[in-house]
Amino acid sequence: MGEPFVSRGFFGRRRQPEQAGRIPPGQYLVDDWPVLSAGPTPRIRLDQWRFTIEGLVRQPVSWSWEEFLKLPSKTYVVDISCVTKWTKLDMKWQGVSVDTLLQAVALDSRAAFITASSYGGYTTNLAIPDLVNDQAFIAYQEGEKPLTPEHGGPARLVVPHLYFWKSAKWIQGFRLEEREQLGFWETLGYHRRGDPWKEERYSGD
Amino acid sequence: MDEQDGDRNRELMLDGNAAGGMLYDVFSAEMTGAPTECASCGRRGEIGSLLAFTQAPGLVLRCPSCENAMVRIVRAGDVTYLDARGAVYLRIAR
Ligand SMILES: [Zn+2]
Repeated sequence: MGEPFVSRGFFGRRRQPEQAGRIPPGQYLVDDWPVLSAGPTPRIRLDQWRFTIEGLVRQPVSWSWEEFLKLPSKTYVVDISCVTKWTKLDMKWQGVSVDTLLQAVALDSRAAFITASSYGGYTTNLAIPDLVNDQAFIAYQEGEKPLTPEHGGPARLVVPHLYFWKSAKWIQGFRLEEREQLGFWETLGYHRRGDPWKEERYSGD
Repeated sequence: MDEQDGDRNRELMLDGNAAGGMLYDVFSAEMTGAPTECASCGRRGEIGSLLAFTQAPGLVLRCPSCENAMVRIVRAGDVTYLDARGAVYLRIAR
């Protein structure tokens, strides 16, 4: 949680017009990509990697890395805001829409929430409406390069319209739930949804 | 991409002494020398010997033997959340 690095060159940094209206309240702009982590970075062998959807589905579905790369992918250019107050604009990702993944399973009508879980044990909770309609994706590239382990590679969830703790690194699977199961940070005072434009940082915000 | 089996990168982590300031704020006591025990594997050691993750939305102290999250602290505006379920005990000097 640092302070904004403002002075950049002799003239300082001028805010570009296209940045107006894109920085949520209380956030500052960064050019670098800070690494945040609540645990050791897992090194996941691609021949052992799997992504699984389970819980309130008729039949669980699981993809190997090879199978996952064959799914239709898209380029997403999105702005990312972390609850530690940095915002990074125009991050370019390549990944698979959550819509594509959910189409592979038959959802139980009771399913309303998803627990995203990661290699290493991290979890975060999301409501299904925040993941569908191409709002969220599983990314395996950023800046046209494979996602590094420090940034969540081989693959991470990205939910650009929510604070970045929702974008679980080292994603391993989704569990469909009837009731919201609060995740790693949400059980310790962080907001259950985390909309940066509403400054939903902590529970009660 | 590095695919070494079982190798976990510890570059980003610090030892528990790095968390001393925050722990002092929360407990009003010097905590880094305080003994504690991992609730998962039973390892005993000082708080200062734990793995500290400070570049995160909160502070996480993990057991260096089994990586269990022993203590988690979030400063959420005016209040502080503490989860120490991963530790058998914390000893706070007065
Ligand atoms: Zn342990």
